Amino acid sequence: MLFYLLKRIGLAVVIVVVAVVLLYSMIHVVPGDPASVILGPRATPEMKQELHKLMGLDRPFVVQVVSFLGKVARGDLGMDYFSQRPVAEIVFKQLDETLVLVLASITWAMLLGIPLGCYSAVFRNTFSDKLVGVFSIGVIAVPSFVVALYSLLFFAVTLKWLPAIGAGESGQFLDQARHLILPAFAIGLGWVGYIARLVRASMLEVLNENHIRRARAFGLPETTIVFHYALKLAILPTVTLLGTGIGRLISSAVFAEIVFARPGIGKLIFDSVVSRNYPLVMGAVVVSTVLFVLSTTISDSINAMLDPRVRERL
Amino acid sequence: MTQPVLDIRNLCVDYHTPKGTVQALRHIHLQVPPAKVVGLVGESGCGKSTLISAVIRLMAENAHVAAGKIRFMGLDLQGFSASELRGIRGRDISMVFQDPMTALNPVLTIGRQMVDIQYRDGLSRKKKRERAARMLERVGISDAMSRLDNYPHQFSGGMRQRITIAMALLVQPKLLIADEPTTALDATLEVQIIRLLKDLQTDFQCAILFISHHLNVIAELCDYVGVMYAGELVEKGTVRDIFHRPGHPYTRSLLECDPSVIEAPTRFLPTIPGDIPSLIDLPSGCIFQDRCAKVMPVCRKTPPPAVHLGEHHTAACHFLEE
Ligand SMILES: Nc1ncnc2c1ncn2[C@@H]1O[C@H](COP(=O)(O)OP(=O)(O)OP(=O)(O)O)[C@@H](O)[C@H]1O
Ligand SMILES: [Mg+2]
Repeated sequence: MLFYLLKRIGLAVVIVVVAVVLLYSMIHVVPGDPASVILGPRATPEMKQELHKLMGLDRPFVVQVVSFLGKVARGDLGMDYFSQRPVAEIVFKQLDETLVLVLASITWAMLLGIPLGCYSAVFRNTFSDKLVGVFSIGVIAVPSFVVALYSLLFFAVTLKWLPAIGAGESGQFLDQARHLILPAFAIGLGWVGYIARLVRASMLEVLNENHIRRARAFGLPETTIVFHYALKLAILPTVTLLGTGIGRLISSAVFAEIVFARPGIGKLIFDSVVSRNYPLVMGAVVVSTVLFVLSTTISDSINAMLDPRVRERL
Repeated sequence: MTQPVLDIRNLCVDYHTPKGTVQALRHIHLQVPPAKVVGLVGESGCGKSTLISAVIRLMAENAHVAAGKIRFMGLDLQGFSASELRGIRGRDISMVFQDPMTALNPVLTIGRQMVDIQYRDGLSRKKKRERAARMLERVGISDAMSRLDNYPHQFSGGMRQRITIAMALLVQPKLLIADEPTTALDATLEVQIIRLLKDLQTDFQCAILFISHHLNVIAELCDYVGVMYAGELVEKGTVRDIFHRPGHPYTRSLLECDPSVIEAPTRFLPTIPGDIPSLIDLPSGCIFQDRCAKVMPVCRKTPPPAVHLGEHHTAACHFLEE
């Protein structure tokens, strides 16, 4: 297992480096000079040249990339020239908020989705299975910003049960938790459906396998069969999905963050793209890429922990 | 006669399919006496697996027992609730399946799986592991105690089948059902496994219902034999009856393909020209009519009676006499 982890982490580092290089090249290929964006329309060529030098844009591309990589490795993401603050500081401040939101969403989606999927598979083709199916497909189909808007209108504006916007007073746990409920609901709801469908499908497949039939022929209790013998296999595709899904979640979090006016990395990327703040876009995207690779690494490692055959593959 | 361990009477099983009802088993009578080995032979698709899944009632969802009684140790299994059946499975009846590669759970150690099936015994986990290791050693797996912590993919096919046999015997069943346990293995392994089963049967004295495509395996291992054809048990008797005095034309043509069957038994069920009739539209009369060399008009009209040829020997054919 240790050997697996080492190899998997090595692979993750390689992926991050390649992704960062690609990102850096992409931003520099798109038209538009970062310096003229920062300085505005009335900048003189001399001012632009000065800023180019300051940002290191006058050096050869390869040197730029390598020095950027080196800085990233040290946790330095450059300066934001608008606010004159380090990008890393801005990004990491928003990151906490997003991570809390994403983890809360995924956790409740898993806690509901996995049992729903198991239930559907065990009672397949019954009325309640079909009900769960309709529910799942329904919540997958509704975009999360629609859920966000309607839940905001209903629970915060009409019923006034929950706060409408913001992330709550920092340090006040209860207040922050109350601010988390609606956004986490909006983001997680679709995932409940995804997870339930996926667990149902892989559970059905596993329940049909020979070894399950054999476990039944030994008279093992149905709960042991479903939750120990089948679920440990049926959960593997879901773990993989969640690994890549967290990355998607960070970007889909942007809707909830905008609707609920929450700070967060999704909102940060959105704002900095709109204002063409290149260093900030770059920094935020690099951090979310690292997070994405990290979450797939973690999910792969969980898979390896559950399935001995995976451990020996890589 | 002593009470049979398993007593199947007039068993009929249907599969409901969109194309119609598949009458997979029709009027099966079969007894398994205590501590004896009963073999079942027949071509692929003749209903062998259907028969055993009906016995332990782990049938496909579209399967339906249309008629008949199955008694186990004198108890009528048909009247059993799901939980009563679960009480019998893995305690009084255990199973060995065809494919050892998929028969074990790939993500649990075999130790865990062997401990789990002893869940009814109030022993400590340590005791259960020791029992499991002893049984593994008994089936020829060395260094058993440490191998308990291995996963199935760390064993070869032959070893895995030994493990499933060890598991089946660990619960000390009164009846062991083996559905082609050697078909997926190569010839040398097959011989080893059959020897092992024979050994273990003498030790443990359980009754075995053994299914195989291979006539030599049946001849080597069994006391009694049933020959199945297209959902019917066309002939049954002792090994001597079937191999030396076959009555039914189907049994005969099986054996005739290799006249020296006892001395140099055939490895595979020989093929006989013609096809098995559709089990959805059954012909009237004898089920074997289309492939029988001696077919007569009466065969196409009336189903043949079961003719008693000896104490244990019966066959269903119009041209046999008591
Ligand atoms: N779930 C099912 N639905 C419909 N028909 C089925 C089903 N299972 C089996 N059958 C049919 O029932 C008949 C008996 O099948 P069974 O699996 O019992 O044969 P078998 O003798 O075990 O064959 P093999 O030697 O290949 O294992 C076959 O004609 C098969 O096509
Ligand atoms: Mg079969």
